[in-house]
Amino acid sequence: MRRFDWLDPFLGRLVSEDVAVRELPAGTGLAPARVIGVDADDWGKLGQTARHWGCRWVGCWGDDVGEHFHLYSCFEKDRGYLLARTAVRRLTPILPSHAPYFAAADRAERHLQDLFGVAFGDHPDARRWIRHQAWKDSEYPLRKDFPLAGHPQPQTPADNHYKFLFAQGSGVCEIPVGPVHASIIEPGHFRFQAIGETVLHLEQRLGYVHKGTEKLAEGRDATGLARLAARVSGDSTVAHSWAACMAMEKAAGLEVPARALALRAVMAERERIANHLGDIGAICSDVSFSFAFYQFSRLRELWQRVNRAAFGHRLLMDCIVPGGVATDLATEAIVAQHEQIRTFRPQLARLMDILNTSPTVEDRLIGTGKLNPELAAEFGALGYVGRASGIDLDVRRDSPYAPYDALTVPVPVHRSGDVAARILVRAEEISNSFALIETLLDKLVPGPTHAPWVPPAGEATGLGVVEGWRGETLAFVRFGNDGHIARYYPRDPSTINWPLLELLIHENIVPDFPVCNKSVNGSYSGNDL
Amino acid sequence: MLRILGKVQRIGIITESLSPWDEPALSQIGEQLKAAVGGRFRGSLAIRQVDAGSCNGCELEIQALNNPYYGIERFGVHFVASPRHADLLLVTGPVSRHMEEALRRVHAATPDPKLVIAVGTCGATGGEFGVNYASAGAVSNVVPVDAVITGCPPTPLDLMRGILEAIDARKAGRTSASR
Repeated sequence: MRRFDWLDPFLGRLVSEDVAVRELPAGTGLAPARVIGVDADDWGKLGQTARHWGCRWVGCWGDDVGEHFHLYSCFEKDRGYLLARTAVRRLTPILPSHAPYFAAADRAERHLQDLFGVAFGDHPDARRWIRHQAWKDSEYPLRKDFPLAGHPQPQTPADNHYKFLFAQGSGVCEIPVGPVHASIIEPGHFRFQAIGETVLHLEQRLGYVHKGTEKLAEGRDATGLARLAARVSGDSTVAHSWAACMAMEKAAGLEVPARALALRAVMAERERIANHLGDIGAICSDVSFSFAFYQFSRLRELWQRVNRAAFGHRLLMDCIVPGGVATDLATEAIVAQHEQIRTFRPQLARLMDILNTSPTVEDRLIGTGKLNPELAAEFGALGYVGRASGIDLDVRRDSPYAPYDALTVPVPVHRSGDVAARILVRAEEISNSFALIETLLDKLVPGPTHAPWVPPAGEATGLGVVEGWRGETLAFVRFGNDGHIARYYPRDPSTINWPLLELLIHENIVPDFPVCNKSVNGSYSGNDL
Repeated sequence: MLRILGKVQRIGIITESLSPWDEPALSQIGEQLKAAVGGRFRGSLAIRQVDAGSCNGCELEIQALNNPYYGIERFGVHFVASPRHADLLLVTGPVSRHMEEALRRVHAATPDPKLVIAVGTCGATGGEFGVNYASAGAVSNVVPVDAVITGCPPTPLDLMRGILEAIDARKAGRTSASR
């Protein structure tokens, strides 16, 4: 089936329902995505039809363009991305919600509500989401007339009045956890309703690390945006910088040299392996299997040292720049990477063999935190969380971008949806990434690693979509006439996956929460922005 | 079990004596740290790490202090779950305004005398995020800070050196508790 075979019948259906839909030019910046314009009144019908059509909800974001706000929703079906755009008047920013049709749209629309002041009429949950107490409910930071500095109070008070769902009944107790957690991880609040040790309900309250990322992007040049994107989520620095640079380069029509693209892919695979190694170890640590924690953290450390030797940074931060990569790869660094993969392969196999046959580990991981494939599909689960629950999706294979368009990317998929399955998917991905790095290094073409950055002439938009280690990672940019960034929105896969943790913990015991949480490993920073 | 023991034996002890792959001065840092912790904290320095708005980069490198190469526990330094058990707060930033009050409460809950280290360029200065409607910037804008460890993120060796320097600074009487 070709990528957009579904689009014409889909648009036909919208027209038959009296929706005034028009296809807009995608330009080099948004292609290969297709773009449609829909009236604000018909926004709900668009969501409903997309749902009936079996589209996946990818993300939504807004853009203040003066008299109007542009609102975008991104859908995907059969590997084709559809970008729908509407405009609401600044004075009456009211829009039908997509949350009744797509569960994943719930928090993203509340994010827009808090930051743009867009009211989603039939949204099932009117509570604020990203706003705590740093700005007033009558202020909307992402509107252009809101100053970056805002109007902060001398001390921001705690956010005490958020209404959590509350359970009552004999034996029900409430357990608040966070925002400061017991280990060395990011902050967020979890509210458990439990009977004994069994979780009846978990509710997340995120937004604690909202630090104005989207607003800070405004007015930056391309290099500045790449630096910011590298810090959307420190563990996904390669994924976000690549997505942002891809969006800017597409908007500017800039051709990136082949060698630079290959090096970006080497970095992306190295980032995937580093995080998978670290997380498998941390999951084992959460079930007190310290042997595996030390073994995997040992491998991760060695891996990071080669990152530094090869690219100059242990986490590969700021190694991707607009137009290419920051440094070339020396021959010794190619040899070192080959050598490391050669020694890691048997070690990983042996460690996974030990993990898979240790009854104490199996007992804690198999059947724990089960996300069934139906729920995963309902939410459009991404990355290894989706792939452990039957979602056969990987941007590198399905909507390939260079250099993956010339490579075979195997995609491991399992269906049991538990913590064990998520570990299994990640272990298999490590092996696959070893092979990808070897191929990329073997085929590395000589040539420049950087094309000089030339900003787009006028207003231009760009969309970057890459498969980060957590899954599909998006970046939308719009340039102003001055060649500087007017709007940047990064959609971290965690935004989609976070609510799934609330569901997969259901009926598990509270002491298994850390291991369930780690097995999903959502980014707080990438979600809160 | 035998396989586990076999693997443990084959790998052996890989914890490094902190000699030279980075810079020669660091070969002494571990021993100095151990001496400092031994002398001033009776062999046990308890750290509570607080992410007050970080991108998670600093957290990854702080976690690395517990991997077998750095094995910071051998110097008597360990991470604890509650600020009430802590001698030292390792705070990453920028401090988001939504984390401001949580950070103040953690600081208040940490018994005196306490040390506070701001970690990372963002924790030290606000970094890429600075001060804005959602970010209060440097950790020192919110709680008193004794020392900073810059870097984006600082490497595990930077972190060890920074912790040692903060302990030394306390010896010289420059602590937040004395303000």
